[in-house]
Amino acid sequence: MNKKKKPGFRTVLAYIVLIILTFLCLFFFYILIINSTRNHFEIQRGFSFLPGKAFLTNLKNVLNDANIPVLSGIRNSLIVSTMSAILATYFSAMTAYGLYAYDFKLKKPAFIFILLILVMPTQVTALGFVRLVTKMNLLDTLYPLFLPSIASPAVFYFMYSYMQSSLPLDLVEAARIDGSGEFRTFNRIVIPIMKPALAVQAIFTFVNAWNNYFIPALIITSNNKKTLPILIAALRSADFLKFDMGKVYMMITIAIVPIIIVYIFLSKYIVEGVTLGGVKE
Amino acid sequence: MKVPAKKRKQNVSYGKWGYIFILPFFLVFFIFQLIPLVSTIYYSFFEYYRDGLTIVGPTFVGLDNYKALFSSDMLKYMGNTIIMWLIGFIPQIIVSLVLAAWFTDLRMRIRGKQFFKVVIYMPNLIMASAFAMLFFALFSDNGPVNSALVTMGLIKEPIRFLSSVIGTRGLVGLMNFLMWFGNTTILLMAAVMGISPSLFEAAELDGCNHRQIFFRITLPMIRPILVYVLITSMIGGIQMFDVPQILTNGTGRPDRSATSIIMFLNNHLYSKNYGMAGAISVVLFIICAILCIGVYFTLNKDDGNEHKKKKKGAVK
Amino acid sequence: MKKNAKKFAGLLLAGSMVLSLAACGSSSGSESTPKDTEAAAEASSAAGDEAKAGSTLNIWCWNDEFQSRFNDYYPEVKEVAADKSTTTLNDGTVVKWTINPNENSNYQNKLDEALLNQESTADEDKIDIFLIEADYALKYVDSEYTLDVVNDIGLTDSDLSGQYQYTKDIVTDSNGALKGTTWQATPGLFAYRRSIAKDVLGTDDPEQVQEALSDWDKFNAVAEQANAKGYKMLSGYDDAYRTFSNNVSAPWVDGTSVKVDANLMKWVEQTKEFTDKGYNNKTSLWDDGWAADQGPDGDVFGFFYSTWGINFTLLGNSLADPDGAEEVGNGIYGDYAVCEGPEPYYWGGTWICAAAGTDNKDLVKDVMLKLTCDSDIMKKITLDTEDYTNNVSAMNEIAEDSTYGSSFLGGQNHIALFAKSAEKIDMSNAGKYDQGCNEKFQAAFKDYFDGNVDLDTAKENFETAITELYPNLTEVVWP
Repeated sequence: MNKKKKPGFRTVLAYIVLIILTFLCLFFFYILIINSTRNHFEIQRGFSFLPGKAFLTNLKNVLNDANIPVLSGIRNSLIVSTMSAILATYFSAMTAYGLYAYDFKLKKPAFIFILLILVMPTQVTALGFVRLVTKMNLLDTLYPLFLPSIASPAVFYFMYSYMQSSLPLDLVEAARIDGSGEFRTFNRIVIPIMKPALAVQAIFTFVNAWNNYFIPALIITSNNKKTLPILIAALRSADFLKFDMGKVYMMITIAIVPIIIVYIFLSKYIVEGVTLGGVKE
Repeated sequence: MKVPAKKRKQNVSYGKWGYIFILPFFLVFFIFQLIPLVSTIYYSFFEYYRDGLTIVGPTFVGLDNYKALFSSDMLKYMGNTIIMWLIGFIPQIIVSLVLAAWFTDLRMRIRGKQFFKVVIYMPNLIMASAFAMLFFALFSDNGPVNSALVTMGLIKEPIRFLSSVIGTRGLVGLMNFLMWFGNTTILLMAAVMGISPSLFEAAELDGCNHRQIFFRITLPMIRPILVYVLITSMIGGIQMFDVPQILTNGTGRPDRSATSIIMFLNNHLYSKNYGMAGAISVVLFIICAILCIGVYFTLNKDDGNEHKKKKKGAVK
Repeated sequence: MKKNAKKFAGLLLAGSMVLSLAACGSSSGSESTPKDTEAAAEASSAAGDEAKAGSTLNIWCWNDEFQSRFNDYYPEVKEVAADKSTTTLNDGTVVKWTINPNENSNYQNKLDEALLNQESTADEDKIDIFLIEADYALKYVDSEYTLDVVNDIGLTDSDLSGQYQYTKDIVTDSNGALKGTTWQATPGLFAYRRSIAKDVLGTDDPEQVQEALSDWDKFNAVAEQANAKGYKMLSGYDDAYRTFSNNVSAPWVDGTSVKVDANLMKWVEQTKEFTDKGYNNKTSLWDDGWAADQGPDGDVFGFFYSTWGINFTLLGNSLADPDGAEEVGNGIYGDYAVCEGPEPYYWGGTWICAAAGTDNKDLVKDVMLKLTCDSDIMKKITLDTEDYTNNVSAMNEIAEDSTYGSSFLGGQNHIALFAKSAEKIDMSNAGKYDQGCNEKFQAAFKDYFDGNVDLDTAKENFETAITELYPNLTEVVWP
């Protein structure tokens, strides 16, 4: 009796906590969508739980605004975010593997160096970065928005920690004995084991890049290269006669749809726990 | 170099792969980040700002910026930052640990587990600025939170959340919590899933209950990731900027109590004051570095040696 | 293993190729090849051989307000690109629009970098025209990066004589040179609720209400009366701020010291009194409560609003059903009226500047002439868009038109009041530190109004904020 009761109580508690958290999480999406159906003055006046009638008007207003190229915005955001996610996860895993699996003279200094740059605040360096990009003739291109993510200290550090807890070096050794080359070992053995870590960091990097405004806004000038956050900011900079919160919320809603799709797609890896059993002892 | 010849040879043969694997990272880092980084440190010893469009400096002033910094309210902003971080981080780490344990506990049958796992991260998908706009609407004087509290009879007058110190810091903490607890849960879950299932099976066979499993197996096994979470959250906390900035409209009100250290830094960037901003960055950098390295080596101390042994074995 | 090393080298190579490719991509030239039409000859008669160099006119702004004015009203416009990124003129010149949102000071950050690099930029890419707002106008006006509209560009005093003086004050540099010009004027008025005025003052007639509110002592007295009847005089803390800050006796900064004007301390005093006595609803501009106070459920006597605000923002907020028709019966449509209020002030406005280094001076001159000095075009803009334009005679014409009236204001001709008020605004004390000083001043004293800090702490907080913002300002002097 007693044995059965205890997990029961835990499960009930779990449900209560999860339902509260789910409510908190989804509630914001609810008001976001509600607000995209209301017109500017309704939104200005305050909050409502009920949808308004302006959904189509807002949608039309956003899509018909020639200065707000929504489609190319989505495309650019997808390019930048996808490239950032791929580069950051792959190269961070590679760097982490380099420091985890090999012994070399500069190993410790390199590791400490990366930990140190992890803690450097980025605010100040932003304008220096822009100047550098200008000198490299990369201003107003998408490259400077994703190339630097090859060096992502935080992602590296996560990969390194994950290897510490989940990548036994015996596996690498075994592969070596089988005659596998170093890169092959990394790509064929290490990467599959790292899948949950890669998926996790891919999502985080993707989302970060997707919502980043400050640096892209400084780099991009052409309308057809603008990413979604810049377009949202453009709507918010409208003059008083055209300033329309309905449009702003509609644009935020539009910007959130692709990222939810990508997230749900990637989250499959986390949810299913692909590697359970992948590590054998 | 007093390494025995034999060992050295072996190290060289695989060691070069270490360099090759870490090369892209460092290459890109040196190209894109080092120059701005070095100039940040360099200019912290200069008077260098803009008065409108007129560039003042750079004039070497030695440690003047640092002196000015230490006579400012920097400690107060540091305190603000830590308080606002803790308000969000304490519930965040507790909830995340509990959720990660629940989600990965094979004996616990929660219906819709997949759904919950997906949902908890979703607040992070909303841009911080958009999130803040929604917070404003919810917590405004005539917003739904106040009207609900009034209707329930809990309060008579609406609470002016963003006009009180506790209210503002609390909302900053709440927003950070909502944005990041899913992230932390996912990290911890990934770590738990990396643990070999045979360990859990063995523990169960030995008759361990879920609490024992959690404290004896899960927690020690995921320690590297926990350290990671702690360090990155700490760094994220110290670098807290966008949430309080947007929520207080850049003012850090009331009475500058919601001014985080990076908002303080940001105020100096209004006039592109690279001297002062550089000095703040350097000081912040030193504080962060000490904290992080300290945390890293304390928590990984005994663990580190084991790994070394293992690794050496592998390389040979 | 060797194979892998090759693979890796290939990857690096690919990476560097991407880099160099991008370098090529970014320097793509513009495809403008001016067609020689008779219009070209006509428009650039003065420019002549300059036409080739000036085939692109670069205009920088932060939203599409000026773009739409330009496309709709500049007579030389031939066609607008489908994505609005360029406008082609009759002489073949291509106007290239660069629109950067201003969130996080992004517009100013980018504009500053571009202006600082203006000299080393290719002619085609040099900024010709950029737009600025009043709050930070002097930052650009008081610099060498803007051209003198009269001496450099060539507009004459008679061209500019039709403009309101205050719109010129704001963009006059410390040497007295005019560095910008604008098509709009934004004088402010006090918009009050007729029904509440009747209840409190016994009349809703704009002239009599104005009589009751003509100075701050009277205004405060009415606030007390309104309070007795259960109304609030103002909605929030910063409603009245501009009426005080536009009427200061000296600029914010003298040398390296900030001089807080006595008039601003009057604002502090009044707002604290209003707050403590419950004459306001403790809102801030643009927040939910402030907008709701303007609607059917509001209990506020009136709002300080300028041209754009009344027939748009206030009107929208006054409706019970914002999707419904704009007519009497929908919310409190028709219940507002305007009067001049205690002191003249302005709110908003956008100025056009010519960038130093422009290779299109003649075209810039023509744009300024047509879009800010031509009274026919000005009048047309006002009649089409209700944007109040910067032309005294055109506005007076509408003001004297007895058939012109706003049904939102119960038939009142608000243009007449704007016209009267606009000529009284004196902005000769505008300065380049206005934006930061005004923002930080209001923020610091909000804590005082909220009761979070005492007066001295609020002052200290203002001093701290100012020295962070402007490292060259060393002290703050209080009146």
